[in-house]
Parts: sequence; C-alpha cells; structure tokens
Amino acid sequence: MKNFLQLKKNLKKDFSNLKTIKLAVLGDTATQFLVQALKGMGYDEGFNFDIWEADFNQIERQVHDPSSDLYQFKPDVVILFKSSHKLLGKYNKLAMEKHTSLAKNELDAIETIYSTINDQLNAKVVYYNYTEIDDSVFGNYANKTESSFLFQLRKLNYELMVLASKKSNLFLCDVSSLQNQVGKLNVFQPSMYTSTEMVWSIDFLPKVANKTIDLIKAIFGKFKKCVILDLDNTTWGGIIGDDGIENIHIGSLGIGKAFTEFQYWVKKLKNRGIIVAVCSKNTESVAKEPFERHPDMILRLEDISVFRANWDNKADNIRQIQRILNIGFDSMVFLDDNPFERNMVRENIPDIQVPELPEDPTNYLEYLYELNLFETVSFSNEDQERTKLYQIEAERAKAHQKFANEEDFLKNLEMCSDVKAFNKFNTPRVAQLSQRSNQFNLRTIRYSEADIEKISKSDDYFSFSFTLEDKYGDNGLICVVILQKENANVLFVETWFMSCRVLKRGMENFVLNTIVDFAKEHGFAQIKGEYIPTAKNDMVKNHYPNLGFEESHPYFILDLDNYEDKENYIRIKK
Amino acid sequence: MTRSEILEQIKEIFVETLDNEEITVEESTKAIDIDEWDSLMHVLLVDAMEKHFEVRFKASEIQDWKDVSEIIDSISHNLN
Repeated sequence: MKNFLQLKKNLKKDFSNLKTIKLAVLGDTATQFLVQALKGMGYDEGFNFDIWEADFNQIERQVHDPSSDLYQFKPDVVILFKSSHKLLGKYNKLAMEKHTSLAKNELDAIETIYSTINDQLNAKVVYYNYTEIDDSVFGNYANKTESSFLFQLRKLNYELMVLASKKSNLFLCDVSSLQNQVGKLNVFQPSMYTSTEMVWSIDFLPKVANKTIDLIKAIFGKFKKCVILDLDNTTWGGIIGDDGIENIHIGSLGIGKAFTEFQYWVKKLKNRGIIVAVCSKNTESVAKEPFERHPDMILRLEDISVFRANWDNKADNIRQIQRILNIGFDSMVFLDDNPFERNMVRENIPDIQVPELPEDPTNYLEYLYELNLFETVSFSNEDQERTKLYQIEAERAKAHQKFANEEDFLKNLEMCSDVKAFNKFNTPRVAQLSQRSNQFNLRTIRYSEADIEKISKSDDYFSFSFTLEDKYGDNGLICVVILQKENANVLFVETWFMSCRVLKRGMENFVLNTIVDFAKEHGFAQIKGEYIPTAKNDMVKNHYPNLGFEESHPYFILDLDNYEDKENYIRIKK
Repeated sequence: MTRSEILEQIKEIFVETLDNEEITVEESTKAIDIDEWDSLMHVLLVDAMEKHFEVRFKASEIQDWKDVSEIIDSISHNLN
C-alpha cells in the first residue's frame, strides 16, 4: 500500500478521465489529511473524487440547516467521522450519573443525523465506527461496569451495527477492526493530536482511505464475485498426484489445520454468495478424489461451481471459467501458492486479482483477512443459492449442444417468468441486482433498498421485476425495468438491466412485450429509451435499435401504434 | 552526526516531502521563507524527520521551533 506522501503526489495528476464521485467529508476533528488520502488513493482506483470538506466540527450545523453547503453540493456519498477522542471528551464532561447514557444519547444523535441527511439527499452515508480507547479508570472491571467509558464505547459500536442493519443507506466503515489489526500505537499519535487536532497518524491514513474506498467501490458496483482456487498446497497440503489421498495434509493435525481453516473460510464465502471455482494442474479424476472421499475435506464438489483440472495453462482455464460464469475478470480472485502460476495469470489476465499468498500456508488466512477482498453492500437469500444456479447453468450448456437449432433448444427449456411490481419481498434482490449488473445495463443507475422503496410508492414510476424459470431450475429474479412517466404520452425507461445468466433466452423480447402491453393499457403512445455507455455495457449498445426503436439522439423511441409482439418462448407464470 | 550533515539530510526531506526540487534550506530558513511550508505541511515534515532520524520530538519542542537551526538543535539533542 502506498504511504501518505506517495498518495499526496497523486493529487497533481490528471483526474479528468476518471469516474467522478462526489464525496462530502464531515468530521469533529481535522480532516484535511483524510481528504488528501482519499483523493490520492481514489486516483489509483480509477476514481475522481470530487470532495467537499466541511469546516472543522460542523457536522450538526451542516446537517440540520436545509440550505447548508452540504445540501447544495449534493454528494453521492457522505462520510461522517466522529472520533473516539471527542467521545471521550464528552464522557469526561458528563456528570457521573449520566455516564451510563452516553452511548444511547450518541446513538440517538447519529440516527437523527442519518435520517436528516437521508431525507434531503439521495446519498449513501458512511460512518466510521469508534476505535477503542481504554482510559483504564476501572481496569478490567470496566467490562462489568456500565458507566465505564470502555463499556459505553463498545456498546455504541454494537448499537451502531444494529442501527446500520436497519438503515439501508447507512454503512459503517470499520476502523475499529483496522485499529485491532495495526495496533493503537500505530493509529494515534498524541503529539500530533495536540498540535493539529488530527487523531489519525500519517501512517494510518492510507489504511483508512483504503477501507473507505473498498466500501465506496462496493456501493458503486465494483466488488468480487468469484474466488478461483488452486488445489495442491493451496486448498490442501501436499501434491495429490504424487502423495495420494491418504497423505495430503488436511484435518486437525499439524499443518493440515491451516488448510482446514482455509477451507472453512472459503465455504463461508460460498455460503454468502461468492462463486467458488477450481483451477488446478492435475488429472481431473485425481483432483476430484479428495472432494469426494477424503473425510476431512470441508469443501465438497457441490460447493464448486466450475471445476477445471487438466494440464493446460491456467490463464486459458481461467478464461474458460470466465466464459461459463459470464462475469468480469475484475470481479475474480485467483489463489495459488505458486509464484510462477500467479505471475503467468497476472500477465495474461491483468484485471483479475492475484494476491501474493505468503510462503507459509499457516499465514494464508491472516493475510487474506487483511486484504479485505470480499467487500459487499448487500446480502440476500439469493446469494446463498448462487452456486447451485451456476451448476445448473453448466448443465444447461451441455443440453444446448444437443439441439441443432436455437429455437428447439429454447422451446425445450419450457421457460416461464413471474412478472411483479416491486414489493417488500423483492426489494432487496432488485437493489442488489442493480448493484451487480454491469454488462446488460442500459443506464447503470445503482439503487439502494431505500431507493427501490421510494420508487414503488411513487405515482410517477412503474416498476417491473422478472424471474425466469425453466425445466432445469429457477434462476430467480433476473431482470428489472423501471419506467418513468414523462408525460401523458411518453414512458421513459429509466432503468433496464438483466442478469447475464439469462442472455440469449429471448428474455428481452418477453420484457418488451410486457412493458408495451402495460403502456398501451395505460394510454401511452411512446416508449423512450436511453443508452449510457460505460466501460462494461458495450453488449447493449444496440439494444434499442435491435428491438425496433428509432434513434432520436440521444434517445431511442418506440411508437406503440404499430408494435407487433416479439417472438419468444417464455410464458407468464400464473 | 555534524550539524551540516543533519542540515543536508533535512534539505532532502524538505525536497521530498514538499515535492519541490528548488527549495533551498539553510539554518536560518523560517516557515515564512518557503511557500509550501504551512501548518499542515509542518505535520508531514515533522513525521518525515522523526522517521528519518528515528527520533520522537516532544510536542513542546515542535511548537518552539523558530527556524531550521532550532530543528537541528532538537535532532542533535535527541540523537545524543
């Protein structure tokens, strides 16, 4: 990671070609260096952060004045930093009998700040939780004394998590765990605080910026979706082809423990929706044997979405995996103990992330924890089903090969779709899909659950969500369209995105038929679409012309009078 | 380490930290003589000097510095 001075040098660079995101930073201590670290690190991550920084200690004034600079600025993300030192200062000034209510009062104030911002702005709020300070007034007894500062601080951190779990636009940036990683001595430098009112040391700032940007990247749809594992000496100890199934290291003895714990970690990732694939130089049957027969293996074949074990080079195998999963290389992580393979993959597939695993496997996990590879801003039931979906997709791909033409294949799938407006059941998935869809996404607007709720209640919007089922299984909710009433005649397609899992099934035609029917029923004469190009959505460049829309720069217009239903083999699920 | 050796190294730290090759630093140089040397930069200079010389300045020392010669005083004092 670059140090602060290196990040500062970035400030002189040309940001003009980078994606602009507007950040507002408000703190109760001095934030100038934090702002510089964010801006500088943003450059390396491909962002032009347009940052508005509140004057020192202006959080409440800015938030509670509706005409304040904060609201004029209209940020995409509001970063709030209330420091533990100021919290301690408050505690110190309170009368003894009020110490027990510190956490509750602070939490109420934070909730009010959040709600006020949320009412005024369409922005995500990032809040730094509290790094621990033990003032050692009670010693260990602080842990059983509600009025101790440590008790109140920890309670506040816990209550913040509870609050964040209920407020969909509130995200906590966990600087407390960051302090645990690097140690308090490296976080806080008393002399600097005394002379500058800055609580974070020069060396800690890049780490905070990094953690913050991880979160911002996830908010804007950049996160990892898949981990690809090497096997020998990565997933288990030893070489299966040479050592045999009895002699590989896995289980509770010796070095095997490290691999068992590693596998538990991968299994947890899989359960939370990360796709797990295997890429190994091995004979396939030999490589699969431990997954099928070894009693101590935690990962089993049903956990693996795509299994590639052969003697071809790994870059080619990873490209194969990418084709089957149909996700960007930049959303993949490749874990391999062998530096040669790592470099080979890095050189051939620059976008994939390939961590420099430590030489000693016992260090794998701590190293991986620290990298924070798998940031996310949502979690739904669908995530837990993802592995199965991709396995079914592999089966479908096999079936596809049996049919001579596309039409027969599609008919044979017996597809049906459940069409619904947004409701409280599908809201989490709709919001999540808006964050995950990059390729088949016409305008790439990201929605939070709160945004989706607002749309579902608005009279100016009509919402559609589509599922797709076939005889192999249910893909779940895979497509979303949001129509905005522009005037009595025209419906504007504010958003149309679809999961790439269901490409080439005729879903586009089905969706268009559905919205045209709706538009006609409600007396509209035209549907108007727009394509906003991004680095990733080239696939839908000609989406509207292909569907028969006329170009009327920068929009595409479909007249409903002469519309003929588009052919497809999907029926509406009753 | 002699005063002139310390001055020489301080000069390099200034050039590197302030990101300006053309800075001249003498014992008599004051913050007001260098455009970039504001209170924020001062924090970075202190941090860089502490790392380079492997010393820790007291907050009171930092506040009392009037020019570079006094910084050198602090460093040589801390080094001994």
